[in-house]
Amino acid sequence: MENKNKIISVKDLKVQFQIKQSFLHELFAKKQKIVKAVDGISLDIHQGEIVSLVGESGSGKTTLGKAILNLTPITSGEVLFKGKKVEHTNKRELKRFRQKAQMIFQDPYQSLDPKSMIIDTVAEPLEVNNLLKTAAERKEKTVKALEGSGLAPAENYLYRYPYELSGGQRQRVAIAGSIILDPDFIVADEPVSMLDVSVRTGILKLLLELKNARNLAFLFITHDLSLSWLISDRIAIMYLGKIVEIGPADEIIKNCRHPYTRALLSIMPIPEVHRNRNRQVLKGEIPDPTEIPRGCRFNTRCEFAHDRCYNEEPQFTAISDNHDVACHLAAKEQ
Amino acid sequence: MELLQINNLKTYFEISAGTVKAVDDVSLTLNYGESLGLVGESGCGKTTTALSINNLLPDEGRIVSGEILLEGKNLVEMSDREIKKIRWNDVSMIFQGAMNALNPVMKIGDQIAETIVLHQKSSFREALKKAEELFALVDLEPKRISNYPHEFSGGMKQRAMIAMALACNPKLVIGDEPTTALDVMVQAQILNLLYRLRQELNMGLILITHDLSILGETCDKIAVMYAGKIVESGDVEDIFNRNKHPYTHKLLSSFPNIHRERIMPEAIEGIPPDLINPPPGCRFHPRCPYCIEICRSEEPAMTMESKGHYYACHLGGVHNGK
Repeated sequence: MENKNKIISVKDLKVQFQIKQSFLHELFAKKQKIVKAVDGISLDIHQGEIVSLVGESGSGKTTLGKAILNLTPITSGEVLFKGKKVEHTNKRELKRFRQKAQMIFQDPYQSLDPKSMIIDTVAEPLEVNNLLKTAAERKEKTVKALEGSGLAPAENYLYRYPYELSGGQRQRVAIAGSIILDPDFIVADEPVSMLDVSVRTGILKLLLELKNARNLAFLFITHDLSLSWLISDRIAIMYLGKIVEIGPADEIIKNCRHPYTRALLSIMPIPEVHRNRNRQVLKGEIPDPTEIPRGCRFNTRCEFAHDRCYNEEPQFTAISDNHDVACHLAAKEQ
Repeated sequence: MELLQINNLKTYFEISAGTVKAVDDVSLTLNYGESLGLVGESGCGKTTTALSINNLLPDEGRIVSGEILLEGKNLVEMSDREIKKIRWNDVSMIFQGAMNALNPVMKIGDQIAETIVLHQKSSFREALKKAEELFALVDLEPKRISNYPHEFSGGMKQRAMIAMALACNPKLVIGDEPTTALDVMVQAQILNLLYRLRQELNMGLILITHDLSILGETCDKIAVMYAGKIVESGDVEDIFNRNKHPYTHKLLSSFPNIHRERIMPEAIEGIPPDLINPPPGCRFHPRCPYCIEICRSEEPAMTMESKGHYYACHLGGVHNGK
C-alpha cells in the first residue's frame, strides 16, 4: 500500500455548519448551534483503489465526499490531491482539480438535465473547459465515453433524451459524463441505491472495470455494507462525523471489531431463509450532530459501554495490517 | 376460510398507446396472521395488484375479470359505498415514501384521528386517545402526537404511517415498499416492528418489495411476479432453497451474500418487457438463458411442485441441473 501513489490525502478534516437561529436567540446571545458533520477525519486513497465509506443517514458520508472535492467549505484540516493542497489554490488550479476529480450522484432521475440530449449532457464538461476544437472531436469523445460506460453502440443513445432511458442507462450516462475528462479520482455517492436489484451489479461491474482499466481511485459512498464489500479494497465505517473502523474489505466483513460495525453487519439482509438470526438491531437513531456525546460518540447506542466510554474518546488502535478501530473495548480484546 | 383469496385477477390500464396488461391472471391466497411477500422488478404489477384489492386504481385502470375474496366477500363486485366500508376498516395500506404520504401542515395525531373518525363511529377526542395508544404500539412517544411531520425523522414517519394503517384494527395490511427509502438500520427496525405487530394482532400482511433479501426473515410465503404474472409461489424455503423458475433463481443470485465467498452477483440481462405487447409464449423467454423452442410459442401453465409450491416454466428447475 505504501509504495502506491496517493491520489487523495485527507488530514484531520473538519466540516461544520452553523444553524441559523432566530433574531431573539441572537438577541439573548443563546449558545450557537453548530453541526459537526465531519469531525476530524484522516484518510488516504491510492491510485487504482476503491475505498468505501459506509454509515447511516446523517453520519456525514456525503459531506466528507463533497469536502474532498472542494464542493463545500472546510472548517479545518486539509485535503491533498497528489500531494498538493487543494483548498486555497488559485482559480486555474482549482479548475484543473475539478477536471481530475469528479462526482457521480445518487439519483440519475435528477442528475441529468431532462431537456438536454445525451450528447449535450456528456460533452458539457469538455465545453465548459474549452477542450474542444471541432464538432467531430466532440462526437468522437462522447462516443468513447458512452461506450466506456457500457452504452454501446453509442450512436443509439447520442441524440436521445433522459426520459427515453431506464434508470440503469441514465446512471451510465452520468458515469460517461464523469469520465469524459479522464479524471484520476471519482466520488460515487450511493450510485446504485435508486436502481433495481437486477441492474445494480451491472453498474458495480462498470465501476470495477473503470478502476482496473484507467487505474482510477474511487470513494464509494453507501449505506449498504454488502455492496461496499463487493467492490472495494478498503471499507471505512463512519459514525457521527468520524471513522470508527477502517480496514481491508474482507477483514471488515469477517473480522470486524467495533460494536457498531458488528451491529451493521448483523442486520444486513442476506438472500437466505434465516429465522431467529442473532440480529443486533440498534435502538433509536444517530444522535443530534449538534450535541455529540462525550467520550465515545457511539456510547448512547452501545450495549457494552462502560465508564471509560463516557469520559474518554477512543483513538485508533491497529488490529492488524491496515485494520484500525477506535473503540476502548475492541482494543482490550487484543 | 382464507382471509384473502384472489382468483385470476386481471387489471388493465387503457392509455393512448394501447392496453397495458399490468396484472394478467394473478391468483393468491393469504390466511389470518400470515405474511406474503410479493416480489419483482419495477413495473411488474406488484403495486397494481395491491391497489386492485383496495380498489384504489387510477382512472385509467380497471379490473377486467377475476375475483378478490376477503373473508368470502367479493370486493370486485362491491359498489363504491360498500368498498369504502372495507377500506381501512378491513384492509389498510402502508405507502412507499412515508416522507411524502403525510400532510406537512397538519399534526400527525390529528391525521391519524381524522382517519379513525372517517371510518369508524368515534368522536375526535376518542380518536386522538386511540392515536396515542397506537403511537405506543409502534414504539413512538405518545405525547408526540401533537408534532408535525417535519419534526419526525424518516423512520419515525414510517412508524406513524404504520400506526395510521393499524388505526381501525384491519385484518389485512398491505405494505408497498415500506422500507425502500429508509436506512439499513431503520429498515431492520421497521421490519422487526411489522413482524411483531402481525403476531400480536393476528393480521394478514402483504409485503411488496423488489428486495427479495429482506423477505427471508419476515415472510411465510413469497410470490414472485414477472411482467404481470406470478411465475413462482411457495413458502419461504421453497423459494429460497428449492426454486424452480429461472427468474426466481436469477433474482436471488443478484444479491451478494456476506456469509459466502466474495463474488460479484450476476445481473439479469435485458429489461422487463413492454406490457402493451408482451412477448408470446413465456414472458421471461427473451431474458432466459435456458430458453428453448417451446418457450417462445407456448405459455407455460402453473405446475404444482409440492403442496403450496407452484411455478410456471416449461423447464422447471433447469437451473439446478434437473
